[in-house]
Amino acid sequence: MSMSGKNVLKRLDWLTVLLFIMLVFFGWVNIYSTTLTENHTSIFDMSTLYGKQLFFIGISTVFIVIILSLDSNFFERFSSLFYMISLVLLLGLFLFGKTIAGATSWYDLGFFNFQPSELGKLTAALALAKYLSDIQTDLKKTKHQLYGVLIILAPVILIVPQPDPGSALVYFSLFFVLFREGFPLQYLGFALLFILLFVTTLMFGVIWVGIGLGILTSLFFLFKKPELKVPTLPLILFLVLCAAFSFSVNFVYENVFEQRHRDRFSLWLGLEKDPVRLEQIKKTIGYNTYQSEKAIESGGFLGKGFLEGTRTKGDFVPQQHTDYIFSSVGEEWGFLGTVSIIITFTLFFLRLIYVAERQKKDFQRMYGYGIISILLIHYFINIGMVIGLLPTVGIPLPFFSYGGSGLIFFTAMLFIFLKFDAARLSEL
Amino acid sequence: MRRLLLSSFVVIIGFVFVGRLSYLQLFSFSPDQVLEDPAIKAVYDYPERGYVYDRNGKLLVGNQPAYDVMVIPRETKTLDTLEFCSLLSVTKEDFVEKMRRARIYSPRLPSVLVPQLSKEDYARLQEKMRKYQGFYIQKRSLRDYKTNSAANVLGYISEVNETDLRTNPYYRAGELKGRTGIEKQYEEILRGRKGVKYIQKDRFNRDIGPYKNSRLDTLPELGKEIHITIDKDLQEYGERLMVGKRGGIVALEPETGEILAMISGPTYDPALLVGRERSKNYSTLHYDSISRPTWDRSILAQPSPGSPFKTLNALVALQEGVIDSKTKFTCYNGFYVGNQKKGCHCGGGIRDMNSGIFRSCNAYFAGTFRKIYGKYNTTDEGMDVWERHMKSFGLGDYLGVDLPTGAPGRIPDKGFYDKWYGDNRWASSTIISNSIGQGEVAATPLQLANMTAAIANRGFFYTPHIIKKIGDKGIDDPKYTQKRYTTINPQHFGPVVQAMANVYKYGTAKWIQIPDIDIAGKTGTVENFTKIDGERVQLTDHSIFTAFAPVNKPKIAIAVYIENGYYGARYAGHIASLMIEKFIKGEITRKDLERKMLEKTLEHEYAKPLSGEPFKINEYVW
Repeated sequence: MSMSGKNVLKRLDWLTVLLFIMLVFFGWVNIYSTTLTENHTSIFDMSTLYGKQLFFIGISTVFIVIILSLDSNFFERFSSLFYMISLVLLLGLFLFGKTIAGATSWYDLGFFNFQPSELGKLTAALALAKYLSDIQTDLKKTKHQLYGVLIILAPVILIVPQPDPGSALVYFSLFFVLFREGFPLQYLGFALLFILLFVTTLMFGVIWVGIGLGILTSLFFLFKKPELKVPTLPLILFLVLCAAFSFSVNFVYENVFEQRHRDRFSLWLGLEKDPVRLEQIKKTIGYNTYQSEKAIESGGFLGKGFLEGTRTKGDFVPQQHTDYIFSSVGEEWGFLGTVSIIITFTLFFLRLIYVAERQKKDFQRMYGYGIISILLIHYFINIGMVIGLLPTVGIPLPFFSYGGSGLIFFTAMLFIFLKFDAARLSEL
Repeated sequence: MRRLLLSSFVVIIGFVFVGRLSYLQLFSFSPDQVLEDPAIKAVYDYPERGYVYDRNGKLLVGNQPAYDVMVIPRETKTLDTLEFCSLLSVTKEDFVEKMRRARIYSPRLPSVLVPQLSKEDYARLQEKMRKYQGFYIQKRSLRDYKTNSAANVLGYISEVNETDLRTNPYYRAGELKGRTGIEKQYEEILRGRKGVKYIQKDRFNRDIGPYKNSRLDTLPELGKEIHITIDKDLQEYGERLMVGKRGGIVALEPETGEILAMISGPTYDPALLVGRERSKNYSTLHYDSISRPTWDRSILAQPSPGSPFKTLNALVALQEGVIDSKTKFTCYNGFYVGNQKKGCHCGGGIRDMNSGIFRSCNAYFAGTFRKIYGKYNTTDEGMDVWERHMKSFGLGDYLGVDLPTGAPGRIPDKGFYDKWYGDNRWASSTIISNSIGQGEVAATPLQLANMTAAIANRGFFYTPHIIKKIGDKGIDDPKYTQKRYTTINPQHFGPVVQAMANVYKYGTAKWIQIPDIDIAGKTGTVENFTKIDGERVQLTDHSIFTAFAPVNKPKIAIAVYIENGYYGARYAGHIASLMIEKFIKGEITRKDLERKMLEKTLEHEYAKPLSGEPFKINEYVW
């Protein structure tokens, strides 16, 4: 059952579209500012980056039109096929991939470098939704849990050796879909606990973590309700596991991690005590973060104004039109600008979650959750990194950063979902 | 629960981000970050430092171009180090070390590799420079001295140090600042104001255009030229006379208070503190703790004034009415303080004011001094009066001359002696040495010259000063254009001036008269001591002379102080007489006298206390 073009436009969730347009527009404005050179040319000049980005916006619009005019079942029907194709493409990189900046993540298509891990995000979200929405899938069964996890991890296994840890990290966000759909929440608890243990062990050492665990356990027994029975053996096992994990952290940190990884952590958590070494780290790995923090800070409340950012003009923050685009928002538009962007993104995500929850078909809701998770983790890690809260991970800010494949795939992801939403009433 | 999971994440992330952004942009933000912004470079445009001329419009200090070899380490290629070093006249080790330092300072920014090339080196290097990538020659402006004298007056400039940078926001590292003399005193006038251009830079430190379309840029303000009161010829002549002698000469123009010459011996060529050898030369001068060439004896030395001070005691006594010019005292080849006899070299006999001064009779002035104190009921009262009169001649306190250094000299007051002897435990006889300028009184050569100018003017003086014109505007600072009156009425000066003229006609200076010029003067011979191995040892007397000429319409007042020059008429008297003739006539008629002064040195005197052997003082032969 297909809809007329008029219907789909009428039923499109225009609030989401409006927020999307705002992000893309403001993103382009900042790309313009960061890549503008002395010889001002037309904004359609394809030799400039802002001209190219405008072209990519055009391409994305074409994709939107195509997606909206396709049958909404098309994506569900072929989701497994798409997924297999992306896996094959990821595998093919080992043979035919093009290496840029040390990572073999691209196919050289002549006019365009194509990055299969971008496509993979979309297809993984589709495949996961497809599998989970299958009537026979039951997330209470361990086997089905494992299948779900496997769908997420298969591309990760192919992406990590490229190496592209940033993109690989993004796939983990799909676990949100699993949790939404009934994956045991304890896993999330455990995951957070181990992250906490990892960080605290690095910061305070094994002994203090052990003491902390002991105190927490005693407090737990002191204040627990008398009627609550705690199975002793699992608790002991759990504590032993925690201790063992804590012990292993140092080993892994010192022997498995490479120095550049260690430097990132020591900078992030303030582990390095030797001032000379710290200075060195700040100048190398910490350089980007330092420059971007300074640029944002120098914007103050109102910012320096459009095209007036001195650090932006001086190209002080590396990759400021791609991963570090948010720093130029901070410098030129100030606190007002950055907070407006945060609010826009927050509204955008909340609206998408609302839209996902109103889907009648499980597949569509799950897919919605998939892309929301992917977009959210990009947003979280990117801005977190630019404002110095998270260690440096090179992933772009969705709809904002310069880059063709990024913009096109993010847009495609979003509009496939909006297409589902627009079609939901006619499909019942 | 599961539905809200993601939404709560979204909201939490939003709050965390806004929190972090408010920390960065609202709390850490400070509005004057423009100055620290690495993206904005301030390029300074330095105006030329103002020239310095003497009172007759002769150039003393100009500017000369200097050439620094600069290096941008990152842009250098491998080069023939040996050839390059020989071109620059530096050793290879030196070159390697300087390159290392430049690299540490910044691989991208220029550093000075070899400062201040000589013109010859520059000429040789200029043609070959393009062979050496990453090196270039930076032109700067240095001081160019047109005289080899007056180093103590002119002062020098040097690079600002950390303290300057901290205390004065105008200066940036590497800039020059006046350190001593008029370079320091008139720093802001001579310096002008540098202009600034703000340049937008990229992260490779490359210029990418003006910042804010040059709206914040300023133009440089030129340094002004100044004329100083020094007479170049007189100054140079005085320094020639001072060769081999330690001491100071100050010559003033009594009718204006302008300083005609200010000489300190030993001195040094001001050009030594310019150029490549600057720091080496500075160390040599600075660490010469025996002859101390950087210590300006003309305004910092504070010897006892000796006999010239007698003229002031005579004036005070006249003003107080305790004597008149006819009052007589008997000299017994000395005078008695209690049972103790103090000597006098005047020849003895009955002395009035005239012969008391021109023969420099100690007994006469001891008697006069007692009479001043005898007028008052208590010594304290007498002391106050005496102190007030003395201080009115600019003694015992900073004169207010427009030079950055100076010394107050000393006119002791009752508090001084109360501390020394105890309250009411001293009297005029205790401090009788002050009557002949020996005791606790002390004065700089500048103060002596000023005191002489006040006598020459019969009762007033102008604060001595060194500045004559700024740009083409004469000075109008009331500090230097208003008369300062002494407490002595004009009619009392007549007899004293007459007696001082007689010093030349009949008295202690009759062998150094100048044909056709009437001079009034007063010799001074000052006992002085040093400590050798903890023992007080007397050295040859200091020779002091004060004079002004012509007697009736004084054009010059001068004080000469020569360390260990023996009696007043010897070195100081000769030099004063030559200086006066030079200034008034422009040439010297007594060539033999001049030759004697130019050739004689006192190095043998200065070597005595350092020889470690016993020595004779005040030797008659010279």
